[in-house]
Amino acid sequence: MKWNGWGYSDSRFLFNKKGQAEFTGKRYRLSGMIIPGLKDWFESTFGASLQHKTPPILNSGAVPPPTLNEAFVEELKSTGIPMSHEAEDRVFRSHGHCLHEIFALREGKVGRVPDMVVWPSCHNDVVKIVELACKHNVCVMPYGGGTSVSSALECPPEETRSIVSLDTSQMNRILWIDEKNLTAHVEAGIVGQDLERLLNESGYCTGHEPDSMEFSSLGGWVATRASGMKKNIYGNIEDLVVHVKMVTPRGVLEKSCQGPRMSTGPDVHHFIMGSEGTLGVVTEVTMKIRPMPEYQKYGSVVFPNFEQGVACLREVAKQRCAPASIRLMDNEQFQFGHALKPQVSSIFTSFLDGLKKFYITKFKGFDPSYLCVATLLFEGDREKVLQHEKQVYDIAAKFGGLAAGEDNGQRGYMLTFVIAYLRDLGMDYYVIGESFETSVPWDRVLDICRNVKARIVRECKDKGVQFPPLSTCRVTQTYDAGACVYFYFAFNYRGLSEPVHVYEQVEHAAREEILANGGSLSHHHGVGKLRKEWMPETVSNVGMGMLKSVKDYVDPNNIFGNRNLL
Amino acid sequence: MASEAVYSHRGPMLKKRDDFEDLLEERRNSSDLRYALRCYTPVLYKGVAPCKTNMLKSMVLQSDQLHYVINQVSKETGRATGEVQEEASAILEEMAHSLQLSTIRFFAFILSKIFKTLFRGICVNEEGIQRLQQAIQEHPVVLLPSHRSYMDFLLMSYIMYTYDMALPVIAAGMDFMGMKFIGEMLRMSGAFFIRRSFGGDKLYWCVFSEYVKTILKNGFAPLEFFLEGTRSRTSKSLTPKLGLLNIVMDPFLKGEVFDVSLVPVSISYERVLEEALYARELLGIPKPKESTSGLFKARKVLSEDYGSIHVYFGQPISVRSLAQGRVNRCQFSLAPRHLPRRPSEEVQSFVSDSAYRLVGAQEENMVLKPWVLLVSLLLQDHHQHRGVGQKRGMSLDELTTQVVWLRDISRQYGAFLHWPDHVPPSEVVSSSLSLHRGLVRVSEGRVQLAVEQAGEPGSNLTPEEELLSQAVILLSCISYRNQGLHVFLRPALLASAIHAASSNQKQEVFNSFSFLRNMFSNEFILCPGATVQDFEEACYLLVKTGALQVTQDEVLVTERGHRTVGFLTSMLDPFLQGYQMVCRFLCEEATGSLTEKQFIPAVRKFIIRHLLSGSLRYTEVLSSDLQKNVLAALLRLGAVRKVKGFVRCHRL
Repeated sequence: MKWNGWGYSDSRFLFNKKGQAEFTGKRYRLSGMIIPGLKDWFESTFGASLQHKTPPILNSGAVPPPTLNEAFVEELKSTGIPMSHEAEDRVFRSHGHCLHEIFALREGKVGRVPDMVVWPSCHNDVVKIVELACKHNVCVMPYGGGTSVSSALECPPEETRSIVSLDTSQMNRILWIDEKNLTAHVEAGIVGQDLERLLNESGYCTGHEPDSMEFSSLGGWVATRASGMKKNIYGNIEDLVVHVKMVTPRGVLEKSCQGPRMSTGPDVHHFIMGSEGTLGVVTEVTMKIRPMPEYQKYGSVVFPNFEQGVACLREVAKQRCAPASIRLMDNEQFQFGHALKPQVSSIFTSFLDGLKKFYITKFKGFDPSYLCVATLLFEGDREKVLQHEKQVYDIAAKFGGLAAGEDNGQRGYMLTFVIAYLRDLGMDYYVIGESFETSVPWDRVLDICRNVKARIVRECKDKGVQFPPLSTCRVTQTYDAGACVYFYFAFNYRGLSEPVHVYEQVEHAAREEILANGGSLSHHHGVGKLRKEWMPETVSNVGMGMLKSVKDYVDPNNIFGNRNLL
Repeated sequence: MASEAVYSHRGPMLKKRDDFEDLLEERRNSSDLRYALRCYTPVLYKGVAPCKTNMLKSMVLQSDQLHYVINQVSKETGRATGEVQEEASAILEEMAHSLQLSTIRFFAFILSKIFKTLFRGICVNEEGIQRLQQAIQEHPVVLLPSHRSYMDFLLMSYIMYTYDMALPVIAAGMDFMGMKFIGEMLRMSGAFFIRRSFGGDKLYWCVFSEYVKTILKNGFAPLEFFLEGTRSRTSKSLTPKLGLLNIVMDPFLKGEVFDVSLVPVSISYERVLEEALYARELLGIPKPKESTSGLFKARKVLSEDYGSIHVYFGQPISVRSLAQGRVNRCQFSLAPRHLPRRPSEEVQSFVSDSAYRLVGAQEENMVLKPWVLLVSLLLQDHHQHRGVGQKRGMSLDELTTQVVWLRDISRQYGAFLHWPDHVPPSEVVSSSLSLHRGLVRVSEGRVQLAVEQAGEPGSNLTPEEELLSQAVILLSCISYRNQGLHVFLRPALLASAIHAASSNQKQEVFNSFSFLRNMFSNEFILCPGATVQDFEEACYLLVKTGALQVTQDEVLVTERGHRTVGFLTSMLDPFLQGYQMVCRFLCEEATGSLTEKQFIPAVRKFIIRHLLSGSLRYTEVLSSDLQKNVLAALLRLGAVRKVKGFVRCHRL
């Protein structure tokens, strides 16, 4: 794993000696391939040049010595739970993947980091750690997969107590599978892809696939109210969780049975889900599982413009026939996806591509600078999938949509896995960027997309960014009453003295714009410290008071002191 | 940022303004026919194709908003929805424009001929045109011209056509529809018609606002309307009307468009075509109803010289930046946006402040001719020497010296003065006087207002008739003086406040300033809530010109400041006297209640009596505009109450 960038150390984008982009490693479909279109897209979109490089500074910089609570360390030692106060371990757990966090690391800047790391291996270890932390007044920050994009893992600089990073990665076992009720009881430190692989071995899956699933953990999903790509079939995390155990300074919080629904006052699970590590550590989760789908099929539809595309998605949601996943990319993102096409293997494929393009743009009269693409993923038994597919394509046709093949669909989904790697490439060449999301009622989807994208462009211009930014979005989830919209935004910062500051101002403005257009503060990234200034207006002062009083009861001494959310 | 233009519009800094180009010059040198038929390819908002009238109408009729209101009306009245729908359709039919390029070309030809006869030049700031062109491509644009003449909107379209820009769609009052043929012509040149009042009619309101929003949101054409609502008969800017401004801001506030550009346009006429007409109207000599035949009778105006017109396209103002930090747009998140809702207080005050700023921006870019300064001096002279047995009028030399003095002051106050600096002042004076020879008389080297001529001896006029015919001339003169009022207004309020205050204490002066400002806020464009800024600006200007010394807690007029302060006080004096007169009327004569209709004739009679007896010297108090403003101010201040169409005055 990289310590100052995304993902596996062996996988990264680079421009080779010939100036062609390639993706290293063997892990992804794109791995080992040349991507001929990327350089042109990169240069023309950002005005960036391969001549201007900004490589990371590899010296990890001076890490401040740890502030240790000797009594705590002594007593913890006696329990035999592994721990470390090595600089490397501490720095690794001091950040998530917000742009400013990665940018600082690349520049070799390190701020407040945890003073030590502990690795509990089971629920009882966590109970002991939390007890000791309470006894010795030590600050505990749970750490799962480290994929946060809300500054949730940043150590509060004003924290004077010793900060212990509680790394759940060793709690990664499936404790049991209940085939009668289709549930699995799993330790919360398990990483998404491992959980899926292990369940697959028994013929099951959870179907919960957030874009970060290679690295993010089950406990993290629960603590941030995560959402998965295939939620249309399997549901979001709150639909999947049957039972949770959370260790808090007051003791262990859990329900007494596994009934599928209860009318027992406000659901205490909802204090846990989205608590972002402020109340305790999630240690074990019972969640629903499903038999693995028999058949999977990707698909894609081209629309003449974004408006038509959104109208189609709305209709699909209305008829409640959304496939496992349906996403609508705007024109900019379509072009981006196009630039990531690997080198074609034969003249025949390239001829075919040309023919397709001719058909769509010339014969059907789609304007390449307006058209947009919806990517689809169907799952289930073969017959139903085909039937379902037809239903969706029929609806699409009513909105001018043309089926555009499986390949385009699959590439669309791949994009979400490699985009984080691409950001690191951009950072090598003066380009910084980030993604953010929201959820919004259907009737405002078009307005919010237009206004937020335009706001980004305007803010960049006002803040002195020399080149037009990439400002793009996709409608990434559909619901009965609205949709989740995902934005990407990136710009070339050459000529700016404080690029991260500019970046933060633009992101802040974009969030204000989202809220002003009736969008939510977050659909699935969470609040962390990055967005907590907007919490009172989001949940009202009474709501804040309710959340605070829970915090005050559960954790009066602020042991879980990461200061997220409130 | 575009907004700064508005926020700092009262800023004491001297503004840098664009240069003008005369657009008639080319018309005089090339064929009007070729010009009318030339290739016209305007740039459009984000490449949107102009929308056919019928498509626009059906978009309006199919809108969620209209559907909702139709159902509501149908429920409330028990009428079938189909019937209400038809009514909506008929309203739209009556309202909608049907812009046709051929009509525009026809007008382009005819107007070229007319303009060349009437005017010496039509001067436009081309940089403003370029800014506008840019704005049109980026965001929906709303043109907000000042309104002094019927000519205004034809002139605007003419300019837009000339510079190859998208033709505006214009909100016009229904009264034009009275002129059958002209009405239709105007409709085809892009006007749409709104009834003057439709207070409680929600169906009408909905059709109207949807129609405007549909045009705006889709960026089919620049929208144009007059913030002042009607032509100002006095050349003073009128208190802005907020209805349409509310409508055009709504799509931005609700997130339906990213931004809207508001472009204030200042149209200044060296001589207004309707000059005498307005004066008569203000005096209650009834105006002829707009009719086509009336218009043709008016063609004698064609033989006169009306000087030149200056049209200044101001800095486009972004509604987004205006609203930044003023309006929390989240307030629209909790209900469907198509439900009709009364704007919140926050939005109302935002729209109102914006309106004042926009009218302020119009005023600021009004071009003032030397005549405005001359007539101000002549009027003061006229009133000061009334009835005294000395020689009437001012000598040319004296007038010239004084006007040069006033020129320098007004420049320091930031006036947009068009004074030809390369010409000796005496020539500037004489050419101004000759253009307005109907209003001034020069004899034996002395200049005076042409009031005596009006009542030539020999004609058997009653004193009252004589007074009225003099008043026509005077009110015409006053309308020119009014063109420059906004430049002097704040210093004049301060000067009068100093005059009225019981001491030189700053607080005392401020209180009296604040009282006057409040009293006159129906009379002049004074943004609500900006008293302190206005006071500071007035102090700044008077201190800068050396007329005033302001210490920690005292305000003192300097030795050489007396002349300036005297001039400024005299400028406001007619208004003060006028307000006092109307109040006296209400106390002395209007015991009990009075209908609104009775008010004007009664107060007029009262004032005529006082004018004839010599106890009032300002004939301009006869202006019904002033009388209405007093009433509105008294209503606002709670001194007078409205009881079902009656006006009842409290003991003042």
